[in-house]
Amino acid sequence: MKLNERSLAFYATCDSPADNAGFLYKRGERHTAYHRRWFVLKGNMLFYFEERESREPVGVIVLEGCTVELCDSAEEFTFAIRFGGAKSRTYVLAAESQAAMESWVKSLSRASFDYMRLVVRELERQLEEMRWGSAGGCGGCQGSWKPKPSGLERSSEQLPALPTILHKENGCAVWNNTPGAERPPDTFSCSGYHGEGSPQPPPLPPRRRASGSEVGSTGVAAAESTSTFCRLHERYGREVARLRQDWLERQRDPQL
Amino acid sequence: MRYNERELLSLARQPAEKAAEILMRVPKKGSVLKKRLVKLVVNFLFYFRTDEAEPIGALLLEHCRITKEEENVFSISFIEEPERKYCFECDSEEQCLEWIEALKRASYEFMRRSLIFYRNEIQKMTGKDPLEQYGISEEARFQLGTHKQ
Repeated sequence: MKLNERSLAFYATCDSPADNAGFLYKRGERHTAYHRRWFVLKGNMLFYFEERESREPVGVIVLEGCTVELCDSAEEFTFAIRFGGAKSRTYVLAAESQAAMESWVKSLSRASFDYMRLVVRELERQLEEMRWGSAGGCGGCQGSWKPKPSGLERSSEQLPALPTILHKENGCAVWNNTPGAERPPDTFSCSGYHGEGSPQPPPLPPRRRASGSEVGSTGVAAAESTSTFCRLHERYGREVARLRQDWLERQRDPQL
Repeated sequence: MRYNERELLSLARQPAEKAAEILMRVPKKGSVLKKRLVKLVVNFLFYFRTDEAEPIGALLLEHCRITKEEENVFSISFIEEPERKYCFECDSEEQCLEWIEALKRASYEFMRRSLIFYRNEIQKMTGKDPLEQYGISEEARFQLGTHKQ
């Protein structure tokens, strides 16, 4: 398959903002030797260069649909970029410090286009609501998020990838950017939300089709629920906090 | 440049933001308009021979310019080589304009700019950073200034 490689190389090296950059060790595909490379993350593309000053990347990893996991390996500060599919390759990378590893895992797990689209739509919706002077909302809601049913029902078949937190398995926490991954459950509740006196919009019926009027929408396929966005972020935060805690504990007591 | 082709092929099979059979011409000498299945998935434009399952090629839509050419026709070019144009001839002016709109919004960089804009607007109106409650306000990708390598 042809790819516009020249444009890709330009994108990698031009001075548009990088979402992360730094040295990482990349494990080879066939041999387990690690090679130190200069990595640059832009959008959903992870470029890697032989040297920091190299004019062209050696390669690029398209991150859409990947999962980022920590690794319990002999090598320190390792993490993996994994894709679904039987013959997919797993990219094992190692950072040079705990802080660098955490920073990379965080930025890589949020690198997908779908995720960015989710955030943009959420803010777009908030702005819409504010401009139209929506008096509703969830003032009395506890917790770190504000559930606001957008009022737009969406077809479940057209929900794109919603990064979900999977359970911790074998000491690895998994962040999932995979399209078509398990969808979060339909219902959610916010403590205090239903207790409010002010008129509430009715709870979202289970995934009906959008009526057609969608702000700024050009296509049909991409749609997501803002309630899941809120939940998603809550879970991200908790998961990261828990992992940090685990790691700190293991550092204090190597017997664990 | 090495890239994970398997994953890109898998992406080409995902539900598209937009897909249609359009006449396409690549910027190669002597190239002519050919009917292709053109599919927009995230920030990639895949193009297939109409009877094949695997795309011939993919265009990453970052730092590109979408230009309305003559009637029913638009082109995609990249800023480092603005004369090299991928041309697309649609069935109608309406379809042409729809594709232009969709492609202009299809880049990650466009979304980043939108996000920064909305974030700013909301902050101006409410005095609060809307990203804070999600714990992502410090993410480099959401910052106003450029983050040099």
